[in-house]
Amino acid sequence: MSDQARRESPLAEFLAAPRKADPATGAGVQISERPFLGHINLRGDPSEKRFLEAVEGAIGVALPLEPNTVAEGGEISALWLGPDEWLLLTPPDRQRDVVLTLKAALGDTFAAVNDLSGGQTVVRIQGTHARDVLSKGCPLDLHPRVFGPGQCAQSHISKTMALIRQIDDTPTYDVIVRRSFADYLARWLEEAAQEYGLAVIAESPT
Amino acid sequence: MKSPLDSSRSQPYRLATGGRIDRAKPLTFTFNGKRLQGYQGDTVASALLANGVRLVGRSFKYHRPRGIVGSGPEEPNAILQVGRGALTTPNLQATEVELAEGLQAGSVNCWPSVEHDIGAINGLFSRFLPPGFYYKTFMWPSRMWKTYERFIRKAAGLGVSPKEPDPDRYDRMNTHCDVLVVGGGPAGLAAALEAGRAGARVILADERRELGGSLLDGRDEIDGAPALEWVNAASRELASMKEVRLLLRSTVFGYYDHNFLTVLQRLSTDSTSISRPLIKERVWRVRAKQVVLATGAIERPLVFPNNDRPGVMLASAVSAYVNRYAVAPGSRPLVFTNNDSAYRTVLDLAEAGIPVQAVVDVRPEPNGPLPSRVKDMGIPVIGGHVIVDVKGTKRVKGVEIMSVDASGERVEGRRRSIRCDLVAVSGGWNPTVHLHCQSGGGTRYDGEKGCFVPDAPAQEERSAGSSKGSFALGDCLGEGLEVGAEAARAAGFGDGRVSTPVPTVEDRAEEPLKAMWVAPSRRPPVREHKQFVDMQEDVTAGDIVLAAREGYDSMQLLNRYTTLGFGTDQGKLGNVNGMGVLANHLGADIESVGTITFRPPYTSVTFGAIAGREIGGLLDPVRKTAIHRWHIEHRAVMEDVGQWKRPWYYPQPGESMEDAVNRECMAARNAVALLDQSTLGKIDVQGPDAAEFLNRVYTNNWLKLGIGRARYGLMLSEDGMVMDDGVVIRHGEQHFYLTTTTGGAASVFSWLERWLQTEWPELEVYLTSVTERWSTIALVGPHSRKLLQDLDSDINFEKSSFPFMSIHSGSLAGFPVQVMRVSFSGELAFEINIESDLALAMWQALMKAGEEYDITPYGTEAMHVLRAEKGFIIVGQDTDGSMTPVDMGMGWLLSKDKDYLGKRSLSRSDCVRKDRKQLVGLLSTDGTTILPEGTQLVDDPSAGIPVPISGHVTSSYASACLGHPIALALVKAGRARKGSIIYAALRDGRHVKAEIVSPVFYDPQGERQRV
Repeated sequence: MSDQARRESPLAEFLAAPRKADPATGAGVQISERPFLGHINLRGDPSEKRFLEAVEGAIGVALPLEPNTVAEGGEISALWLGPDEWLLLTPPDRQRDVVLTLKAALGDTFAAVNDLSGGQTVVRIQGTHARDVLSKGCPLDLHPRVFGPGQCAQSHISKTMALIRQIDDTPTYDVIVRRSFADYLARWLEEAAQEYGLAVIAESPT
Repeated sequence: MKSPLDSSRSQPYRLATGGRIDRAKPLTFTFNGKRLQGYQGDTVASALLANGVRLVGRSFKYHRPRGIVGSGPEEPNAILQVGRGALTTPNLQATEVELAEGLQAGSVNCWPSVEHDIGAINGLFSRFLPPGFYYKTFMWPSRMWKTYERFIRKAAGLGVSPKEPDPDRYDRMNTHCDVLVVGGGPAGLAAALEAGRAGARVILADERRELGGSLLDGRDEIDGAPALEWVNAASRELASMKEVRLLLRSTVFGYYDHNFLTVLQRLSTDSTSISRPLIKERVWRVRAKQVVLATGAIERPLVFPNNDRPGVMLASAVSAYVNRYAVAPGSRPLVFTNNDSAYRTVLDLAEAGIPVQAVVDVRPEPNGPLPSRVKDMGIPVIGGHVIVDVKGTKRVKGVEIMSVDASGERVEGRRRSIRCDLVAVSGGWNPTVHLHCQSGGGTRYDGEKGCFVPDAPAQEERSAGSSKGSFALGDCLGEGLEVGAEAARAAGFGDGRVSTPVPTVEDRAEEPLKAMWVAPSRRPPVREHKQFVDMQEDVTAGDIVLAAREGYDSMQLLNRYTTLGFGTDQGKLGNVNGMGVLANHLGADIESVGTITFRPPYTSVTFGAIAGREIGGLLDPVRKTAIHRWHIEHRAVMEDVGQWKRPWYYPQPGESMEDAVNRECMAARNAVALLDQSTLGKIDVQGPDAAEFLNRVYTNNWLKLGIGRARYGLMLSEDGMVMDDGVVIRHGEQHFYLTTTTGGAASVFSWLERWLQTEWPELEVYLTSVTERWSTIALVGPHSRKLLQDLDSDINFEKSSFPFMSIHSGSLAGFPVQVMRVSFSGELAFEINIESDLALAMWQALMKAGEEYDITPYGTEAMHVLRAEKGFIIVGQDTDGSMTPVDMGMGWLLSKDKDYLGKRSLSRSDCVRKDRKQLVGLLSTDGTTILPEGTQLVDDPSAGIPVPISGHVTSSYASACLGHPIALALVKAGRARKGSIIYAALRDGRHVKAEIVSPVFYDPQGERQRV
């Protein structure tokens, strides 16, 4: 049996029974999961040209150096987490290759590559009231003048840490959360979204 | 003269015309069980007054009959219990509750009814209830306090809490803005307009259900038209601005550091039905770049004998009831004032056709435009007089007035009676500086205006209009526009110049008021006079004078002693008068007697709103492992370990906990068992200085640990005490992987980062938390190797190639795994680390393959028993932050040839005391008693109190494999006392004899884990 058939995402149980929004109100918010993506944590010194070049060569995208921004190239997104820390998101089942390529390219450069896939997941929140729902738990300013597509920030949503990334102006947000907190976050969002009409869907719209 | 009152008998005091009520929508409600009618747009207060209800409650201490005084958040008397059952809410102000169909309200603080109240007897004994009465009377003897308290609390009760869970939904919302404008009156509207026009993100919050503020209560004109037309135009313009958010029914109740303010928004004001799925109340957490405070002013009452009788009201409230609600709070009003603004109320009453009996003015010759106009209308204006008594108990029947002598401090001449059923009083205005003060700003006394006004702001904040002491409407509008433009500029929008001309307003000039904190009376203030300063707390001018005589002569002392300002209204009416009374008594300036601290919340906030949605299952995160679902499906009893849920034990049908734990332990000792150990903290450590870093944070040495090998490590805090422990693996020359306790995962990570970033930046090391990446399954027991060998794997599990304390990566049953040979049970054991998405499938594969060995899942309880049998400690259970490694018998882990965190502390004299507590084992000599964990240990069970304590039990279990109970304990100098007897003092007074033994009960040579 392949790994794909045997694996279970953090929100499998929460998503087991999809919920439709009340047709009267419509869905102001949709919640879904983007399961099984590759999550790779990368540490390194951006003042080292050798480090930046090795990474760009390996993953095909230059690491974002401006705080709280996302660089996208090909199938990989690089999210700025800190002055020497990034999260690389890859399509499912690509992370092992990316880790190997990265490690090979970095050689003995002082850096750390950690595959965190399965240890965290992406919860997608989409819809006209997505910003309101997040704002109920997150103190960041998510107003379009301040935070938009291409940006990401680490904060908290209610009592879980979260990395929030805006995808588009719908608005659509991807919230990256640690695995053990995912079910709590989803249930919290589900409760917070009630007043806007909520749909819980198994497959993330892309 | 034709009566101005509505002919309908249901609301005898409703004016026939006017008001911002919807007469097409009558609403039925009950007050103290009586059915009454009001209209949409009423508050409970205005509806009660329309029905002629004057007596609405009893006072807190003396149970004196009380009526409605105000029309807003200043109301001290009309405190109601609203709603029934789970929806009931205590201590709501009738002036703040919007009327709704079917609403049920009742008075608090009276029994059996507001008309006949038993507690009123306190009023007769009031001379025996001086300020500080409770302190003085009930504190001795102290052992009786609990008895007194029960009765005092019952007698004092203000309302009742619901007994059922609140079915409503409460919410919290974070938001940011450039300019937050507090207050939607003329100044606030003007400020919001200017800031909005400049393009700033604006939030305008107002506590009422519609914008307009004081303009709703009066009959002002702006630009030659009724002021409300200007309000409507402003509202429309604001509503059309995309970046302006209007929050109505929203009270800004707290102003904290960094321009962080909290707003309570009442989304459902209906107390009769559940608002679900919608929100009842929402707390907005606003982070504003700039704040404009346009919070208005609250009229100050006058203090005179029996000024608390139902029917004595603020003049501004009388105007509000007449103009806004079309209610006549009385049919024969009298006005008592020290200023010109109350004459507006006279005009409002006259305009509504309500005959004003007289205006009693403290000032000898009030001659400004407003008094002149009143005189021209033929209304008697009696200058140089004060009210010296109010007649009537449950409602005002008349007043007695006397003339003020030349000193202005005494009365003289004959008493004169005037019949009236309403006394509208005005002692001037207090700017609402609460939020300004909460933000850290001070106030100063403005002698000309006779009030405290905001001093320099402490944060990015500006006051405008009445809240700044600028009471004239034209000034409110002008200042509002100015600060709106300035605030927008300060936030980065516009040039700070006002974009539109100030609307024209015909402000009638007002003569100065005569500040008066307590009206001259026939005698100096004494407590018998009932000159109430704070009605909710029943504090009189006489109480304040008495307290000052007793030495409580500054406000901070005085308000604690008398409870002035301690009510739910927070002394909005009484505080400044109280300061004035104290200053008068001391012959001092009002500014010199100290200030009153304004604290959040400005008005009461429900617990529901404070809790938000962090209740029930969402109170705290429930962290679940990747195998959680399986545990639940297999009927595991779960245990909370921090935020995690972990299987405690897996009872089979008919099994007790003891049965289940015994079975699980025996399986681990004799066959094979498995444990979900995923919650342990896991940290990846990489970099050229990784080994050096570990050398500094652990007590033992890491330089020589071989690649692919594991070692137990101990971390100390700086004081040398055991902080955390775990197994560390070396993956490569510069690459380690360390585990922490479940509870220590986050704190140890932060601790290590702190040292790395702040103390040792020269070390090239990166730390990455991988706790959740790896799920960990401990496979334990003599058959564990065989089971693994049955599975398809490229790992050789034989002892020769896979020794104890080593690690191998590879494939197991098709899963990519890292397998460690470590043991927390003393048995042959393997810990399988697998990426979490696959953990459930791996677990299931092991369960299936283990069937032939009768594989048994075990929980944390069996884990505890197994490790205790081996004398393995649990940090936080067998240690408590005061135990050194030497105390725990782990001195062998302390490296002598390097430095490490905590090392220096271990040589302190206290750490080398000979009588420190040490870890030992205990066996109850009867062989059956399980010593309760936490039990104190004594050497002499017959010793008298205070009994010398020699130690305590930290871990205690029944050991199935040993056939008797075992315990771990910390005993003074315990290691040297092996074989001696100690006594465990049980809670029931019995003493259980126990023998001190080695803490390792099982396989002391450690052979089983190395096979």
